[in-house]
Amino acid sequence: MRAAVSSPLPGVSRLAYRRNLGRAFLVLCFAAALSGVVALLVLLATIAADGVGRLSLDFLNSYPSRFPERSGIKAALYGTLWMMAFTALFAVPVGIGAAIYLEEFAPRNWVTKVIETNINNLAGVPSIIYGLLGLTVFVRVMDLGRSVIAGSLTMSLLVLPIIIVAAREGLRAVPPWIREASLALGATRLQTVWSQVLPPAVPAMLTGIILALSRAIGETAPLIMIGALTFLAFTPDSPFIDTFPYVDPTRPAEAAFTVLPIQIFNWVSRPQPEFLETAAAGIIVLLVVLLSMNALAVVLRNHFERRRRW
Amino acid sequence: MSAAATVGREGAIAARKRRRARRRVLEAPVYAFLMACAGLSIVTTVGIVLILFEETFHFFEEVNIIDFLTGTRWTPLFQSKSFGVLPLLNATFLIAFGAMLVAIPLGVLAAIYLSEYAPPLVRSSVKPVLEVLAGIPTVVYGYFALLFISPELLRPFGQGTAFSAASASIAMGIMILPLVASMSEDAMRAVPRSLREGAYGLGANRFEVATRVVFPGALSGIVAAIILGASRAVGETMIVTVAAGNQPNLSWNPLEAMQAMTAYIVQVSLGDTPRGTIEHSTIFAIGAVLFVSTLLLNIFAQWLLAKFREVYE
Repeated sequence: MRAAVSSPLPGVSRLAYRRNLGRAFLVLCFAAALSGVVALLVLLATIAADGVGRLSLDFLNSYPSRFPERSGIKAALYGTLWMMAFTALFAVPVGIGAAIYLEEFAPRNWVTKVIETNINNLAGVPSIIYGLLGLTVFVRVMDLGRSVIAGSLTMSLLVLPIIIVAAREGLRAVPPWIREASLALGATRLQTVWSQVLPPAVPAMLTGIILALSRAIGETAPLIMIGALTFLAFTPDSPFIDTFPYVDPTRPAEAAFTVLPIQIFNWVSRPQPEFLETAAAGIIVLLVVLLSMNALAVVLRNHFERRRRW
Repeated sequence: MSAAATVGREGAIAARKRRRARRRVLEAPVYAFLMACAGLSIVTTVGIVLILFEETFHFFEEVNIIDFLTGTRWTPLFQSKSFGVLPLLNATFLIAFGAMLVAIPLGVLAAIYLSEYAPPLVRSSVKPVLEVLAGIPTVVYGYFALLFISPELLRPFGQGTAFSAASASIAMGIMILPLVASMSEDAMRAVPRSLREGAYGLGANRFEVATRVVFPGALSGIVAAIILGASRAVGETMIVTVAAGNQPNLSWNPLEAMQAMTAYIVQVSLGDTPRGTIEHSTIFAIGAVLFVSTLLLNIFAQWLLAKFREVYE
């Protein structure tokens, strides 16, 4: 270590100088840590001040309109819920499957290493690039059109790396002796994973999965690319039908759709200031959805951490 | 008797073999499914590279690559087309640079506070706030930039329009701050206690330990955090689309409106540019530039992180 700072101020002892320097630095660091909190508060306050006046049941229950005071977010809210449901349907099984393979079965060789590096890099690819991928592959080549299903598949690819990482952490938290005991009793590796490793790992995975899905809810750019509409006066069709088997998930899946962040973006980019208020109200709805998902994740994490037995 | 026992044992062995074989047949599709799940990530990457470079190839059949990379006018949607990417590239990196000016000092100092100074209670209340900040959708930051940062923070600097690179930079800096802070904090906490205790034993105070032992010890991890933050800033879309403006503008003045690469892609896909045209190919060419820039940054960050882990783990 270099010699400690010598006091540049006459009449101040070196020790006092060092102590005061340390204190000043602490204040600086504390202010920096506080800046994040302040930024969040200012952001929330700005949006609340702008948007609370427009919030009402009518707002939740109306379609967008040329008139800002009549505009609502029903179509976007339904679109977001449907898109999240289908995204979870694709991304969760595939993500957990990939995690199980990488964590439990993959041989330690270069193929596995390539896959792992690749997943890390995919997590850093800008979301708009996934939009270009979805536009080309799902909308055009697979001819799914600008539908809920095309949007969900695009979002699934986007959140897959996050889900894989979360699921792997969940699996890794299960101690190896659980597996060894199960194998010693004659179970196959697959039986071991299915009935011994997965059950205790699921809660930890859930937290990460919920956070990944909340990321999908907030994403705007990829869905603009695949052409989610911004002016829709209907919600996706209900999957329930009158004839056997009474449920037809392709009905909502094939529908044109819009989602909350795209609706907000559309309102923000209009010149009339009244639409900005409408946008702020939409943001409040979006943040409420996101924060309740985050809260759910935190509650689940705390609940299951307390119950862990090893 | 003994012959019967032998037959019985052989029967049991055969039965076990049969069971094992059947199990293998039954489990094979499950293994195949799990492998396919992991393999999907490779397919995704290959897909991205193929679609980006196929269209980019078409683009460069019509536009000279040198003109593309050195041209200073970007007017592909006008009558007189000009395909110089520099205005967009400049805007993207200028805005990202501004964002890092906000995120690096605040993020690293916050990380030092959280790792070296914060009492457990403060730590456990500041960290969730940062997590929430990281989870706020970017379109919300765009709104914040347009309706708070531009009118309230930037007006004193004599800004004319609502759109400016600086406004987008500040919002983006706030967005990236949690990423830089939490990754840097992880790096600092990975510095072994014994190093800190050694320094205390030599008479150093907390400030000296934090700045001369912990910070240099965690430096490669901190730099990796910063680079990942920069990569996020380069690829960010909605903040720049909402707050930085939609006119290509080759300028160093952050108070002017300018269009970033991602904002251009959004602009084209919101309009009705028919596919197969050169205008449509531009978004893939820009996408390829974006993909390559962020990929290089990410690879560099991963490499630094691997080096950092080697030192302490």
